[in-house]
Parts: sequence; C-alpha cells; structure tokens
Amino acid sequence: MDVDFTSEDQAFRAEVRKFIEDNYPKHLIGADRGDLSKEDFLAWHKILAEKGWVAPSWPEEFGGTGWSVTQKYIWNEESAAFGTIPPLPFGVAMLGPVIYTFGNQAQKDWVLPGIKSGDTWWCQGYSEPGAGSDLAGLKTRAVRDGDDYIVNGHKIWTTLAQHADWMFCLVRTGTEGKPQAGISFLLIDMKTPGITVRPIITIDGGHEVNEVFLEDVRVPAEHLVGEEDKGWTIAKFLLGNERSGIAGVARSKKAIDRLREIARGELEDGAPLLDSSDFSRKISELEIDLTALEYTELRTLASESKGQGPGPESSILKIKGTEIQQRITELTMEAVGNYASPWVPQLDRGDNYLSIGPDHAEGVSQTYFNTRKTSIYGGSNEIQRNIIAKMVLGL
Amino acid sequence: MDFSFTEEQTLLRNMVQSFVQDNYDFDSRMKIVRSEEGMSREIWGQFAELGLLAAPFSEELGGLDGGPIDIMVIMEELGRGLVVEPYLPTVVLCGGILSRHASPAQQEANLPGILGGESIWALAYSEPQSRFNASDVLTSAKADGEGYVLNGTKAVVAAAPWADKFIVSARISGEQRDRNGIGLFIVDKSAAGVSTQDYPTVDGNRASEVTFENVAVSGDALIGSAETGLSILEEALDHGIGAICAESLGHMKSLNDATVEYCKTRKQFGVPIGSFQVLQHRMVDMFMEYEQSVSMTYMVNMKLNEGEEERKKAASGAKVQIGKSGRFVGQEAVQLHGGMGMTEELSVGHYFKRLTVIDTQFGNVDHHLKRFASA
Ligand SMILES: Cc1cc2nc3c(=O)[nH]c(=O)nc-3n(C[C@H](O)[C@H](O)[C@H](O)COP(=O)(O)OP(=O)(O)OC[C@H]3O[C@@H](n4cnc5c(N)ncnc54)[C@H](O)[C@@H]3O)c2cc1C
Repeated sequence: MDVDFTSEDQAFRAEVRKFIEDNYPKHLIGADRGDLSKEDFLAWHKILAEKGWVAPSWPEEFGGTGWSVTQKYIWNEESAAFGTIPPLPFGVAMLGPVIYTFGNQAQKDWVLPGIKSGDTWWCQGYSEPGAGSDLAGLKTRAVRDGDDYIVNGHKIWTTLAQHADWMFCLVRTGTEGKPQAGISFLLIDMKTPGITVRPIITIDGGHEVNEVFLEDVRVPAEHLVGEEDKGWTIAKFLLGNERSGIAGVARSKKAIDRLREIARGELEDGAPLLDSSDFSRKISELEIDLTALEYTELRTLASESKGQGPGPESSILKIKGTEIQQRITELTMEAVGNYASPWVPQLDRGDNYLSIGPDHAEGVSQTYFNTRKTSIYGGSNEIQRNIIAKMVLGL
Repeated sequence: MDFSFTEEQTLLRNMVQSFVQDNYDFDSRMKIVRSEEGMSREIWGQFAELGLLAAPFSEELGGLDGGPIDIMVIMEELGRGLVVEPYLPTVVLCGGILSRHASPAQQEANLPGILGGESIWALAYSEPQSRFNASDVLTSAKADGEGYVLNGTKAVVAAAPWADKFIVSARISGEQRDRNGIGLFIVDKSAAGVSTQDYPTVDGNRASEVTFENVAVSGDALIGSAETGLSILEEALDHGIGAICAESLGHMKSLNDATVEYCKTRKQFGVPIGSFQVLQHRMVDMFMEYEQSVSMTYMVNMKLNEGEEERKKAASGAKVQIGKSGRFVGQEAVQLHGGMGMTEELSVGHYFKRLTVIDTQFGNVDHHLKRFASA
C-alpha cells in the first residue's frame, strides 16, 4: 500500500500546473458560475481543445490524452486547486463516451469533433415532469415517419438548454412490455421547428434550468444512437459516468481553503472567527469527512486502474461528495454572519449595482440555496442509497 | 398547568389567519415582494384597522392589552403567509422598547403613530464588525450641550428602507465592547446626516446599511440611560426571538403540510412517493422537529416577562431549537419536492429561505449555545 506520487507524477503535476497558470483566461479567475456568458463557459474549453486536453478520459483513438488514472487524478486536482471552469459535462463526460461506445461511424465522425472543439453545445434531455427518479416512466413519444421520427413531449430541468445547439434525448418508441423496453436515444437539433425552451428560475435567482417543449419535431432517423427501443442500456451507461465525477474532492478542498480564509477575515468579539473553537471544530470535521472521501475515491480509482469499472460503490462518492459540498456552503454562509442576507441579483444586475458588506460574503447564501440541487440531481441521494442497499448489500 | 389559548387569542388567530388567506396568498405575496417598494402600505393600513398594531400594548397606551402570547399567535399566522410587512421591527422590537422603557413624553410622541399604522420603525443595532454581539458598538453618541451627535454605520438593518424612524444603539462612553455606556436613541430617518443604502435580502425582505454622519439629536431622544441601554436592547432582542420563533412555526407548519401533501400525490415508480418508508420517516422527523419547536416557542413566550436570567436562557434555548429545526425542515422539504423544490415558482423555496435567515437573525445556533451555557 502506497499513496505517494512517483517523480514522473510530480513532473506531470508541475507541467499541468504551469500550463493552467500560463493559459487560463485572466478575466475568468474566480468567476462565479451564475454570471457566465456562453463565451465564458467555453473559453477554457477551447484553450484545452487546442492543447488536446479537453477529454482526458476518452480513449486515445478518439482524442483522449492517454494519461494514467493517477495523471487524470492529478489533472483534476490541479484544475480544481486553480478553480478553473471545467469543460461542460454534457458533451465531454456524458455524450462522448456514449457515442464512441454505441454510435456508428458517421455519428463518431460528426459528434466527437464538435464536443472536443466546443463548437456544439449539448444538453441532456432525460427528465420529464412525470419522470424524475423513475426515469423509465418517460412519455416523450417518437414515432417513425419515413426517414424521420416525429417527436412530441415535454422535458424539464434541462440544464443550460438556453445555450444548447443540440440535445441528447430519451424518447419512447415502444409501449409494449416493461417501461425500460421501449426507450430510444435520439440526438435532436435545438433549431428544429417545434422546439420551445422556457426558463425555470431557481431559488438562488439563477437561470440554469429550463423546460423544453417538443411539438411535432421532425428528427432524421440517422440521429438515433444504437438500436430503436434499446436506449435504456445507453441511458444507464451514461448515468454511471455522470456519477463517477460527482465526488468533487479537489473542488471541495479548494472550497474549504476559501472557507478558512473567510473565517480568518470575519470577527467575533474582535477576534478572527477561525480562532473560535466552535467554528474551527466544524471546519475540522468537514475536512476529516473530505479526507475519508478522498481515500475512498482513491481506492475506487486504484481498482479502476486494475481494470475494474466503477461499480455501485460510486454511489458512495455521489452521496458523500454532495453532502460535503452542501455542508461547505452552509458553513460559508454561517461564517459571514449578518452579511449572508443581502440578495445579489443574478439576472439584470444593472450598472449601478453596489455590493453590500465584505466581498467574500457576496452571494454565499445563494450558493448555499443552489447547492441543495446536488442531492436531488444525478440520481437523488435517496435513489443512490437504494442502489447501495440493493446492489451492494443485497437487500 | 394550562397550554390553552384564551377566547380572545383564538379569535385573534382566526382573524389573522383568514386575513392572510384572503389577502396574502403566495401570488399576492410575490407581487408585493417584487414591487418597487417591496411592501404593501395598504396591507399595513389594514393591520392597523384590524388592531394588530395595537394588540400587544397596554390599554393606557391605547393598546388592546395583549402580551407575548398574542404576538406569538400573530407572528405564527404571519409566518404562514410569509408576510414581509414589518410587524417585527415596528411593533415587537421598537414598539416593545417604547412601551416598556420610554418616558411618558416619548410614548405620547411616538406610540400613536405605531398603533395607527402611520409610522414604520426599524431597530438599528448591529454593525459591520459586531456579528451577534449587541454590545460591540462603535457608533458613537457624543454629548453636545443638551443633546448628542451620532456617528457610525449600522449593518443589515431590517425594514430600514420603509422606516421613518429608527431606534439606534450608540456608544456614549466606554470601549468598543463595554456593556456599559450604550444609549438607545430615537432618530428620524429624515434627520440631517442620516443616509441609507437599501437592498433586498434573500428572504424577500428589505434592509439597509444606515450611516449616521454628525447627526444631532436632542437629549430627549435618549431612551432610558447609558447605564440601561444594553439591557433594554437585549430584552427587546429576546422578545424578537420569541416572535421569530413563532414566525418560524408558521413556516415549518406550511412546509410540513406541503411536503406531506406533495408526497401523497407525486407518483414515481407507479406509486405515491409517500409510500416509500424512508420518506415517511423523514416526514416524521420533520413533524417532530416542528413539535419540539412549538414547545420551545410556547416556553420562551411564557418566560419573556420573567427575570433577566431566566428570560435569556429561555430565549437562547428556543433560538437554538428553531435554528436547528428550521434548517432541517427547510432542507428536507426542498429535498422531498425534488427538482420542484428548487424552483422560485413554488412557495417551498421561499419558506426555506426565510427559515435560513431566521437562523442568523438575532444570533445563530453557536451564538445562543454559548449564551445559554453562560446564562
Ligand atoms: C438544478 C438541476 C439540474 C438538472 N439538470 C438536468 C439535466 O440537465 N437534464 C435532465 O434530464 N435532468 C436534469 N435534472 C433533473 C434531475 O435528474 C431530477 O430532478 C431528479 O432525477 C429527481 O427527479 P424529480 O425532480 O422528478 O424528483 P422525484 O423523482 O419526484 O423525487 C422526489 C423525492 O422523492 C424521492 N424518491 C423518489 N423515488 C424514491 C424511491 N424509490 N425511494 C426513496 N425516495 C425516492 C427523491 O429522492 C426526492 O427526494 C436536474 C435537476 C436539477 C434540480
């Protein structure tokens, strides 16, 4: 047993760190996700695309970096430590692996380059009003009509669909047998007539999710991925990938550093809040939880590098990772005391907006509110516990 | 032993409840919150007509002779409606201070305006550096002839954008955190040298940073004396705690009702999600948190007029309880609503946000654990 990095690993770390420091867009350092324009979201992505580092997890033949599991880990750590805006998950982490695993040659040829370059923005059309945790209950219908499908239905919670060029979408093509049986995986051009995107504003005031209405939307059948009615396997494959990145250890480390910094700057009876044993104890507890998660993740990675895929254990990473993220935002809000209250407009901020209180307090409550989503999406934490109960404990 | 309400209190509850139901449904509330001013003067006027603004004051002062229990009843119902109109700062905090400690002349000059709904008040006591310690006061009040001159900044003063009058804590003598030497002053918002920076808060209310620059006030603006200022203030804050505990009961009750209802009707996997035992137990926990909070809220409101030590312990204990329970109930209500709980369109998120602010208001859990231990 050994968790030290080799000298090659150390050299790799130095190399990627320098690359990030030298190339990360200055105006995006410390930027808040809520404020980003489409260009901002893509700026770092495009730089990484140039360098060939946009999709380290892909096989080399499709444009992956060929890095070892350890190197990928280091890359994630360094990216998080710097606080980069990572490439959007919808293309790189979700759809890419689906296409090189299940797609035909033509789909590989047009979809993968667009994901890597950032020229095609993808969104995930899975959830529906009636199909959340029970995804297989989805009702959006795709009916074959000559060389096309005609799609009718209603997707919801579609993250950043307002910027999307394309959507990968689960649709119902069959109604016989189990609900999982008649599902297909379809790629839909968001510019097709019949598609309406309606914003949903979340409790933090941000516009991150949307409803997508599909009314007689004509989709060429060549955009079906895999076989008709066999989309459920693909859907689940994708969800497995979605979960594995969700622990967010390195980003949580960075957030704890920031929390400590804030607690150092906040005063309680004239002394730094960080010196209060009540508060520093809570940070320590959090840090210990995170260390445990880090080692759990490392153990998962180690078995992955021996060729064992991420099993249902990855649900542990999702549950613990999101609980820690939520706790960090909660303590950060607590740290700033009364200045957690001012509301920072996220939309229409206007030119004469003046921030209230210390800079480090700005928007901390809204981040806390927003982060409640993490135990709901990506398979809710209740659903993850069900998975562990069934698949790991055999209950 | 008797936990029942008097007939008057039951009538009062019914009246506020139906007023809120009829005039303050969620849509109306959001219209008010999003309006330019952020509150409704019309609703405030109706509060006056209904006698809510006079409810807790003695008959001598023109009131209806109620007390903390009446405030509790009113606040609970206002909580159910997420009412933003400034009952707490105007009636409970400032009205309370005036009725208990102001001179007859000060009362005569100021209470009729509060009872009649003509004036709105804000309590300006916290400062950028003070966190939850009310004795951490840098705002100064320098004696100047018969009067005083105030200088300093007050932070996150709830309802200040709507107020025409403030009660301001300011240091007459002593060091930054001395318990002695703090005076409470009545200050007109229109007085020369008073300026505010107004903003909305995350719970749909409005607050201001209030700056006093060489603001001259007369000697009779001082309530009580420099020796009693802090204890008057701390007593008022404890009354405020009693009131927001009650307000939070309204929030928790609404959230629990909404969550149970949602889980009965929302179907996934072909069954109502309320049939999953793990969610049932979660809702049972939410219910128990609410019941424990009810108990602590009754407890504190029965003890507000007891001796100082008992009052402090009661207030801090209750505040710890609702801080923890409110957080749990708010978070779980959102969780059990799934994606819907995250939307601005549903009231759930708004109750959650108000409960989040209540946890900080008048001091958070850590602050009151410490105060409880040392009381
Ligand atoms: C901010 C945000 C972004 C999102 N982005 C996307 C996106 O880009 N694309 C997309 O397709 N979807 C997206 N989603 C949707 C997300 O995947 C769903 O919200 C999630 O699957 C839960 O579904 P639901 O909201 O319908 O809740 P429900 O499934 O109705 O769940 C409600 C509650 O019941 C619990 N529950 C449900 N079933 C069980 C059970 N069997 N046992 C125990 N408890 C149970 C849940 O855990 C939850 O607490 C997003 C959601 C959010 C909040």
